[in-house]
Amino acid sequence: MIAGIDVASILLGGLAAGTVLFIVSVGLSVTMGLMGFVNLAHGAFAMFGGYVIVLAMNRAQFGFAAALAFGLVATAALSVVLEQFLYRRLYRAGELDQVLLTIGLIFIFMATLTILVGPQSQPLQLPPELGGQLNLGFVQYRTYSLFLIAVGFLIVCGIWLAFERTRIGAQIRATVDNRRMAEALGINVDRLFTITFAFGSGMAGLGGGLGAEFLGLDPQYALKYLVYFLIVVSVGGLGSVVGVYYASLLLGVLDFVLKLFLPKGGTIFIYALTILILLWRPQGLFGRKTT
Amino acid sequence: MSVEATPVQPGSVVLRLDNQAARALVRRHYLRWWETLPWLAAAAFYFAFPAYLGFGTALLITILFALSLDLALGYAGIVTLGHAAFFGAGAYTVGLLAFHGIWTEPITSLLLAAIAAAAIGLASGLVLLRTQGLTLLMLTLCTMALLQEAANMAHNYTGGFDGLPSLDIAPLFGKFEFNPLYPDTQYLYTLAILLLCFTFIRALVYSPFGQSLTGIRENLLRMHAIGAPVRRRLVVCYTISAAIAGIAGGLWAQTNAYVNLSALDLDRAATVLIILILGGYGRLYGAFIGAVAYLALEHFLARVYPTAWQLGLGLLLVIVALYTRNGILGLGEVLWRRYRRAAK
Repeated sequence: MIAGIDVASILLGGLAAGTVLFIVSVGLSVTMGLMGFVNLAHGAFAMFGGYVIVLAMNRAQFGFAAALAFGLVATAALSVVLEQFLYRRLYRAGELDQVLLTIGLIFIFMATLTILVGPQSQPLQLPPELGGQLNLGFVQYRTYSLFLIAVGFLIVCGIWLAFERTRIGAQIRATVDNRRMAEALGINVDRLFTITFAFGSGMAGLGGGLGAEFLGLDPQYALKYLVYFLIVVSVGGLGSVVGVYYASLLLGVLDFVLKLFLPKGGTIFIYALTILILLWRPQGLFGRKTT
Repeated sequence: MSVEATPVQPGSVVLRLDNQAARALVRRHYLRWWETLPWLAAAAFYFAFPAYLGFGTALLITILFALSLDLALGYAGIVTLGHAAFFGAGAYTVGLLAFHGIWTEPITSLLLAAIAAAAIGLASGLVLLRTQGLTLLMLTLCTMALLQEAANMAHNYTGGFDGLPSLDIAPLFGKFEFNPLYPDTQYLYTLAILLLCFTFIRALVYSPFGQSLTGIRENLLRMHAIGAPVRRRLVVCYTISAAIAGIAGGLWAQTNAYVNLSALDLDRAATVLIILILGGYGRLYGAFIGAVAYLALEHFLARVYPTAWQLGLGLLLVIVALYTRNGILGLGEVLWRRYRRAAK
């Protein structure tokens, strides 16, 4: 039976799941690389965005694209408010205080969504044009998965271009490399961080909505996938967009394959591989070595 | 009282300050009167709330677990998210030995649990403690997840997801039975073990070894520069911390008479971290305050309003993170100092 499954479709399924992981995690990587802020609540932003998108479609009759845009903006806006009032005060504080704050935020998000929306899982209604199958010539596969892979690729190209070709991208790279030097050169790191934080959280919200198909969407989301987000970010390398992309795709495909061939206990290999990679390269596959 | 009217002799001031500082240093590890309070309270709890001894036992075990984490995280500054690995190792050691009828004597089982957890702590510490920050966090977390998956897969021995139910633990000293309905024995036994471990930890953190741990936490580079064997100290500390966490896990298995995968859960590791930071890390009594505050709230709130408990806990964590520098004890210290200043 397993031999009958096409290698291409396994790969595509894994790539689609990995793409979701990438869209959610990329912001975490950049903000952690910029500020060294341990933001465990990143998954909560993804969950919030996912809820906004799904509820906008199910209850307010938004179109798919409009709901996605709305979710992205709403999550970004919320993250800016939280950043200004809460995160900002702990930039210079120790890791443990940051962990405490962001775990507290996770609980608040989870409880609030349970109270307001309910504990049940929220389904994502795909628009009809993305619902069917698409014939690629060599293989026929779900349109939505292919759509996700394409969107992910566009996003990584866009972010890469923004990083390499724009002024703000250069400022971000400089700050990730050496924050004090960047500050000394007159880069307004605080403002830079606010912008990146809003963008990263918005992407997470987008990912939460796009990935509701794969990851589901219930109040436990923020905790359930936290480990995966963290694995992707640490394996890819802090502050490295391309690294996170590769790490996400790798994890997505690996997870897909393992679930298929080893439904019980397959995740043990993911953890083992993460440990090996991090022992081999503590800064992640694509991270710069810190002094 | 102007400065000119009473010329200060430089030497005398320095000498007096010196004496005061020296006295404070010498007396730093002396027992203070209030240090008996937690133990008096624990003893009073035994007589005052016989109906809540099961809860009390769980509380004491959590304190011990949080203390073990404090040694690694609070004193040595090893930021770990995987401390439940050692709790689970201890719990499964006791559980496997008892379930398969190999060894059921409680105190020696606890020793074996400590040894098993210490072995895992030493092995992982030797490898992991080269790293720092996010990498270390992830490595400890993945190690724990790896152990949990292994316990899940070794279904034939560990019972997998269902765990090992109704463990048969021999009576303490061959005399005092562990009765699940009247957990008197469990409570006093746990209290005694906690007191023993606490005495050990207290002596350890005030020893030169403990001082060097604090030094490593505060200024790694300087400790390297003065020639302290930093890596070795960290590994030793991590191993001791693992052993104590193993004892806590063993106690958990013995007093509940079961073991399951929750012993190795991220939930457990995160909860103990929250408890420790909430109470105040890097100090001896933070674990006590944090565990009492957290478990009491959870015990009485979570049953009735689980969602409200989650919301309340979230708000509490945010407030503690924003407004106190080091948990509830840190807040207490700030208030106390203000009060003293106002009184003067």
